[in-house]
Amino acid sequence: MKRIRWTGWLTGGALVCFVGVGAFLGIAHRSSLPAITPPKAADFPAEMLSRGAALAAIGDCIVCHTADGGVAYAGGRALATPFGTLYSTNITPDPETGIGNWSKEAFKRAMRDGVSRDGRHLYPALPYDHYRQVHDGDLDAIYAFLMTRPAASAPAKANELIFPLGFRPLLAGWKLLFLHQEEFTPRPDRDAEWNRGAYLAEGLGHCSGCHSPRNIAGAEKTGSDAYSGGVAEGWVAPALNGSGPAAVPWTSDSLFTYLRTGVDGRHGAAAGPMGPVVHGLSRAPEADVHAIATYIASLSADRVPKAPGAADRVAEAARTNPAGASLFAGACAGCHEGGAPMMTQGRPGLSTVTALQLDRPDNAIRAILQGIHAPTGPAGPAMPPFAASLTDAQVADLAAYLRSRFSERPAWTALETAAATVRKEESQP
Amino acid sequence: MTVTITVNGADHALDVDPATPLLYVLRDDLELNGAKYGCGLGQCGACTVHIDGKPAFSCLTPVGAVAGRRIRTVEGLGSTQAPGLLQQAFETEQAAQCGYCIAGMLMRAQALLDRNPDPDEAQIRAHMQTNLCRCGTHMRILRAIRRAVAMHKGIQAAQEVRP
Amino acid sequence: MTPAMSPLSRRGFLTGGALVVSFALAPRAFAQLAGGGEGGAGPAVVAPDLKGSLKSSPWLDAWIRIDADGRATVFTGKVELGQGIRTALLQVAAEELDIPSAAVTLVTADTERTPDEGLTAGSHSMQDSGTAIQNAAANVRMLLAADAARSWGIPAEQVTTGGDGRLRAPDGRTLSYGEVAERLSLHVQAVPDAPLRRPADYRTLGRALPRVDIPAKLTGGAAYLHDMRLPGMLHARVVRGPSAGTGLQSPDLDTVARMPGVVKIVRQGGFLAVVAERQWTAIQVLRHLQRASYARTTLPPLPADGSGDAVAATLKALPTRDIPIMDTSDPAGPAVHSVKARYTRPWISHGSIGPSCAIAQYVDGTMTVWTHSQGTFDVRRVVAELVGLPPEKVHAIHAEGAGCYGQNGADDVAADAAVIARALPGRPIRLQWMREQEFGWEPLGPGMMTELEAELGADNRIVSWRHAVWSNPHNNRPVGAGGVLAGNEADPPFPAPEGKPIPMPEGDGSRNSNPLYSFANTHVVYHFLKDMPARVSALRSLGAHLNVFSIESMLDELAAAAGIDPLAIRLDHMRDERARDVMQAAADRFGWSKRPKGDGRRGCGMAFARYKNLGAYCAVAMEVEIDRETGRTMVRRAVAAVDCGQPANPDGVRNQIEGALVQSLSWTGHEAVRFAADRRASFDWSSYPILRFDDVPGSVEVVVMDRPGAPFLGTAEAAQGPSAAALANAIADATGVRLRDMPLSPDRLKAALGPV
Repeated sequence: MKRIRWTGWLTGGALVCFVGVGAFLGIAHRSSLPAITPPKAADFPAEMLSRGAALAAIGDCIVCHTADGGVAYAGGRALATPFGTLYSTNITPDPETGIGNWSKEAFKRAMRDGVSRDGRHLYPALPYDHYRQVHDGDLDAIYAFLMTRPAASAPAKANELIFPLGFRPLLAGWKLLFLHQEEFTPRPDRDAEWNRGAYLAEGLGHCSGCHSPRNIAGAEKTGSDAYSGGVAEGWVAPALNGSGPAAVPWTSDSLFTYLRTGVDGRHGAAAGPMGPVVHGLSRAPEADVHAIATYIASLSADRVPKAPGAADRVAEAARTNPAGASLFAGACAGCHEGGAPMMTQGRPGLSTVTALQLDRPDNAIRAILQGIHAPTGPAGPAMPPFAASLTDAQVADLAAYLRSRFSERPAWTALETAAATVRKEESQP
Repeated sequence: MTVTITVNGADHALDVDPATPLLYVLRDDLELNGAKYGCGLGQCGACTVHIDGKPAFSCLTPVGAVAGRRIRTVEGLGSTQAPGLLQQAFETEQAAQCGYCIAGMLMRAQALLDRNPDPDEAQIRAHMQTNLCRCGTHMRILRAIRRAVAMHKGIQAAQEVRP
Repeated sequence: MTPAMSPLSRRGFLTGGALVVSFALAPRAFAQLAGGGEGGAGPAVVAPDLKGSLKSSPWLDAWIRIDADGRATVFTGKVELGQGIRTALLQVAAEELDIPSAAVTLVTADTERTPDEGLTAGSHSMQDSGTAIQNAAANVRMLLAADAARSWGIPAEQVTTGGDGRLRAPDGRTLSYGEVAERLSLHVQAVPDAPLRRPADYRTLGRALPRVDIPAKLTGGAAYLHDMRLPGMLHARVVRGPSAGTGLQSPDLDTVARMPGVVKIVRQGGFLAVVAERQWTAIQVLRHLQRASYARTTLPPLPADGSGDAVAATLKALPTRDIPIMDTSDPAGPAVHSVKARYTRPWISHGSIGPSCAIAQYVDGTMTVWTHSQGTFDVRRVVAELVGLPPEKVHAIHAEGAGCYGQNGADDVAADAAVIARALPGRPIRLQWMREQEFGWEPLGPGMMTELEAELGADNRIVSWRHAVWSNPHNNRPVGAGGVLAGNEADPPFPAPEGKPIPMPEGDGSRNSNPLYSFANTHVVYHFLKDMPARVSALRSLGAHLNVFSIESMLDELAAAAGIDPLAIRLDHMRDERARDVMQAAADRFGWSKRPKGDGRRGCGMAFARYKNLGAYCAVAMEVEIDRETGRTMVRRAVAAVDCGQPANPDGVRNQIEGALVQSLSWTGHEAVRFAADRRASFDWSSYPILRFDDVPGSVEVVVMDRPGAPFLGTAEAAQGPSAAALANAIADATGVRLRDMPLSPDRLKAALGPV
């Protein structure tokens, strides 16, 4: 499982790093900060710990920093990238292998500057470009929370990156170009909830890390391009600025439901890398999730909705894609056709599922082949994978049928190739 | 419409709506009892069969989609008279209560052993996660899979010492 | 079918080569309350001196017949539910007949062949049928020996058996059972004192015989009702709203009537079903009809969803009938510690993996129904009333289904199939419910609550104990047409009967509310709630699940308050030696005295109960590890000890206890039916998640107490309550947090633990 969205920065980041390698070596050096004796739980006020817990849930630290079946926060999760594999590190307070002897200052330097206590540069898989925006007091709270987790001895696994990306001083160049974000300041023309949402979404939540496109150097585009959609682990992260193709416009209520439960009746279920995000938000303070929903909804408030509404052209789709219609009847209808229990119980109908409205078929194909893991735990929305039962050609027929039946938008092309690509990726270890 | 499918090595030409889930074709046309209707939603695993060697939910597999592909059911693992190794292990461990889930469990587990003959406990549990048992037979199912692994190793060791 | 069963003379003699057995069934208690085995009224007792179900069916040939080659056919009114009873009863019969188990054929409940033993429920099968078969077999062996002795002219007590189906004289002469049986009538009433074989001589009983039903289940053999294929069989689906208490409005019948492959749409009153040549056609028609909107048809509001407070509020809003269960007054010292607590359980689904199924065929005025109901004879009563036939024109035959754990959809689907078959005479109708129908329409295990208040004196003895339990009736098993959905949907409808409590000592919501411990000043009351917000009926262990959970949680709460060891407080209040033995056995095997102390993450808990205070004794100890980040509880290891009397098959007992323990962990730790305003909202395994492999214990060990020759006590439900309480106690030991509202889910535990 790959759960992180960061293929972008490496693509361009590599380029920049190569160019500037000599120039940056001089500024690449960062000093080591002194080791401390690990603090005790009693050193932190209870209020700070509970605030830290809530913030950590929104930042979803546990997802990347916990291996499958491993000890919470002890790291070791493999983060596969086209350039090799990174392993997340142990952020439990173990002094030898974790961050037990990190001072608050060292922690905050890592969160803001992407530098380890020992002075090494950290890869921007840790989204410090966002964490720079987090208030000092909140970083203190997260520090307190992490330093009071049970310590686990778990040495870092060696990354397996292609040459020369293992040479960390190169990262200084990337930072020089792109690491300029400042601490969040509220907008006086907006209310407190909006500002809270903006702070969380831009900072710890790092929503634009996936939902904004990236430039050639792998840094997020800003300005009018911000939130116009991106890619995460091969999944399309739809635009949040209203330029996306949702059949029904998002509202702050529907966003809240989606972020909190992983499914909204008129847009679909959280799939792929959005799953872990929902997992964290399902456990975060409800008011914070409302605030994030309010902020995200505001991003598209200025746009005139061009949502086409729900489509269900069942007869036409069956005529043009009879093979797809037959596959749908046997493989999908038990959940997604009218009269199926899931429909009777108010789960989203395919007519309004965003994945079928996107310009690219990737999300639909990934959902068909890989299924959807219930993001909020076993009671969440889930879908079984069809990789074993359907061939690439059948997936293509089915996707074409779904598109023609449930969307007014142009037909997808090269579906079989797209299916083959996803399948190949999936079959790699 | 005629659909030809290959089940446990035998070809069957069937006059059937190709949308029909494989499960009902196996049960009602081929009169194979192994795959069971549990949920029809791909959530419980009672209907698990192998398609080209991989475990799949037959309740969500249109029969037209598997024409010409290799389908294996629990009947293909062995019979009462000549049970397969995994079936023997389940018998030895008495790994069934009501048993309704068991054919699916066997097929699910067999797919793991075909891919990895020596899985560790965590791998076994993770792999079996898709299949539900309501009687609470999980501990015996796990024991049976471990036993099958050991039996397989024993056979291999025996073969190695043979001149 | 049973050709050898047909016309028999009144005396039960027939010569067809072997001793034939007439249908010597006792007069049945039609129209009576069923519920034998559930603590309700069972078949009428006609021979009170006899043991087990011989009381109601005293004729030997109702139970056993022996053919010319010495094979025995044994008849039981109980049924295989996956609990292994078929094998256990075979072992009992083989042992007392003293023949190899392979020479025994067992016939399970069939209204034309076997005795009516009421329900297969309440862990009663060994007590009722095991005991009956044991004594009947001993009677038969005694009669065979007596007859052989007569022919040899020797005293009967000189005749011996050797486990091979032959009778032996001291001089070496032998006769086979078959030879003797040919000339012997078994149409005689059992006597109460036929000598039983001595436990020391047991050849079959008490052995871990492999279960006879397992090989077919592992190889795709025809093991289930679901696997039956009768010539000309049609496939049906019944069409209903999303859940009990809803109805479809204007389903589109016109379209489906024209669909190819549809044989018939059956619509009678509110009952609607489709019959097709192919199963897939029937399902597609069902889906099409389900597109219709639905409305709620019954008035009482559904249970509130969610928290323990919501469960309590729902129950406390209902009118109660207060039934005193236990009141004692004893002199006792002043209280030093006092604890008061409320415990709740939400509504729970049986969650059978295989949705319920039945086959019915109506030919020449006779209805035959194959059913996996726990009450085969009740299915006959229900169907007879529902389709308007005399009971003797309804033949109900048990065939195995998926595990049911109480009253799931089995009875309803059998009635549904019969209604369809009556409307379409001739061809067999196979009807299986869909997954969402099983979740939506089966009777649930009732939501419950208890309030306990207990006081501990200075000498660490309990000086007062109050236990109040609120519950709907748990035994709404159908005994007439009003008890099934098709009856309620008929025109005119058969009204659902009013729920009744099962009286103590078995009890229903009150089951196990009377502590087996010796507490001073014990006051127990059952607030019986007849009005049911959700359709409910029996779920494995009935009220014992919550009552034992409550009692055993409270004991640990008291022990914690006083700083006493949980095992010590139990032993200090327990006089029953067998109870003490299982507690000690579990503790010893677990290593209780050397257990790791609760450290915030790891902890250990134990609990005990004797099921119904009449059945098996069971103690459970377990060690848990808590992930404080997620609230997830992992059971590292569990040990159970069980005393079920003479174990017929120790491995069968282990299998049952292991399963009950794991199932109880699922109920207690994870499960709750969800409700929306107008329907049940649990309709599949994602809206009703149960335990999967990643949450099952690291290990489960079962110690089966050896009680040679002791009366059978039953096993199946003994671990449900103790496992639930041991889990809560272990979590409390590990974390200091006491969870009193089921499910003890990760979210709840995390919320209770707080962020640190």
